[in-house]
Amino acid sequence: MLLELDHITASYGPVKVLEDVSLAVPEGGAVGILGANGAGKTTTLRAISGMVRTTGRITFDGQDIRGKLPEQVAALGIAHVPEGRGTLPNLSVRENLLVGAYRRKDRAEVQRDIEFLLDLFPNLRRRIKSNGSALSGGEQQMLAVARAFMAKPKLLVLDEPSLGLAPSTARTVYSAIAELRRESGISMLVVEQNANLAFSVVDSATVLETGRSVLSGTTEELKGNDAIRKAYLGG
Amino acid sequence: MGDVGTFIQLVVDGLANGSIYAALALAIVLVNQATGLINFSQGGMAVLSAYIALTVSNLLAPSIGVAGAVTLGIVVTLIFSFLLGAIVERVIMRRFERGDPDTAVVATIGLFTLITGLCGIIWSYNFLPFPWYFPVTDSFMIGTIGISVWSLTTFIAVLVVMAVLQIVFRSTKLGLGLRAVADNPVSAALSGLKVGPLLMAGWGLAAMLGAIAGTLVAPKLQLSPNMLDGALVYALAAVIIGGLGSPIGAVVAALGITVLENLAAYYVPIIGNDLKIAVPFIALFLVLIFRPQGLFGRKVVVRV
Repeated sequence: MLLELDHITASYGPVKVLEDVSLAVPEGGAVGILGANGAGKTTTLRAISGMVRTTGRITFDGQDIRGKLPEQVAALGIAHVPEGRGTLPNLSVRENLLVGAYRRKDRAEVQRDIEFLLDLFPNLRRRIKSNGSALSGGEQQMLAVARAFMAKPKLLVLDEPSLGLAPSTARTVYSAIAELRRESGISMLVVEQNANLAFSVVDSATVLETGRSVLSGTTEELKGNDAIRKAYLGG
Repeated sequence: MGDVGTFIQLVVDGLANGSIYAALALAIVLVNQATGLINFSQGGMAVLSAYIALTVSNLLAPSIGVAGAVTLGIVVTLIFSFLLGAIVERVIMRRFERGDPDTAVVATIGLFTLITGLCGIIWSYNFLPFPWYFPVTDSFMIGTIGISVWSLTTFIAVLVVMAVLQIVFRSTKLGLGLRAVADNPVSAALSGLKVGPLLMAGWGLAAMLGAIAGTLVAPKLQLSPNMLDGALVYALAAVIIGGLGSPIGAVVAALGITVLENLAAYYVPIIGNDLKIAVPFIALFLVLIFRPQGLFGRKVVVRV
């Protein structure tokens, strides 16, 4: 397994927000975390990136990463797109992409990857000189995903890419993410409330409720589950 | 001296004074670009660096001559000021940078008071002469206009520093990292940037810039703990007028307000020398009313 969370528990002060959560992302696989607001989805990702203290075990590529700083986790090959996109508002689109590639030394390949991403997200090519703050919500999300990919990570961690986007824009963003996965074969961990969108990218998913993992399965299994259909797929 | 000659002389004098404010304004912009903060202790740190340069120069002058001693003094204080800035960030400011920006600003004001007081205790509040490569009263004539050698060299030095800074911020990996950390430290960390060392580098570079300003102005004003207090006020006005995120804007504004001040004092009788200090601040109010992002600043657009 590329990433394994083993019985993770996390608290914000006295409030327990994650309890005994376990999940795994295989090499080349894409896994979703579904759940309503407050289920602990974002906290799970923040725990992986070293932004929240946890108990339990988090291993990435065979290495224990619990307790590492966010930049150390990033250096190991996990690129995290935070909730709310995390665009660098006063940097241009190109500069945002170069920040993603900050630790890379292979200049020629960095330029090739920029071209690859600009082909994948043509809107970004049109706005290449614009500041991050001047982009639309959908464009900012595309930029956030593209910036994370520029780090050449082993695992892309996306926190609710559809948040705050119009349905058609969210579909566009997800189809680009699906294409990114097809083209690059990169492993992904995707947090999402909209199960339909998540299922367009992931192979399997875990459902969180009030900090606990209540159900896991492949996309097909979950699509066939009555409770999931009612709660997340509109009946 | 004819009317044109007087006008040019006023502009040249304005540019000379403005170059000092410009150097300090650049240091403030540098910290702001790297951390999003306004560092009110910039003047105090610059004065402390000038005292270090003076001490080294005075120590070495008898054995290696004034020019060599001043050069070594500048080199030593540049290293000292970089370390000072980095240590101030790591030990003091790091505690405030993630909190309320107002608290951090108050901390920089406290730091300013502390450094100024320490300089007074160690070196006294007397004006100390600062050795320089040439007498600061040296000047030469172009036609009917007298040009101060100190003013000219200071002006050129600040222009060179400004150009170097612009290149560092816009065309180097370090500059990109500094701007990314200032823009969104969480995203920068998640992209693998080492936020702590970059913040230390930003503060270190700004302190070096302050040291250059302090060392350039000390021969002219003579060194005292409060030498740059007035200059800091002008520099802050220049930073706001030019635009907080623009090194070029800060320099142009610093030069512009001092030239404007000189011209207004001479040509507008009601202003004269007594009221000329108000001119930069009238300019500041006008800019804040009509272009709050500054003359060279970019308007921040937040889309929801």
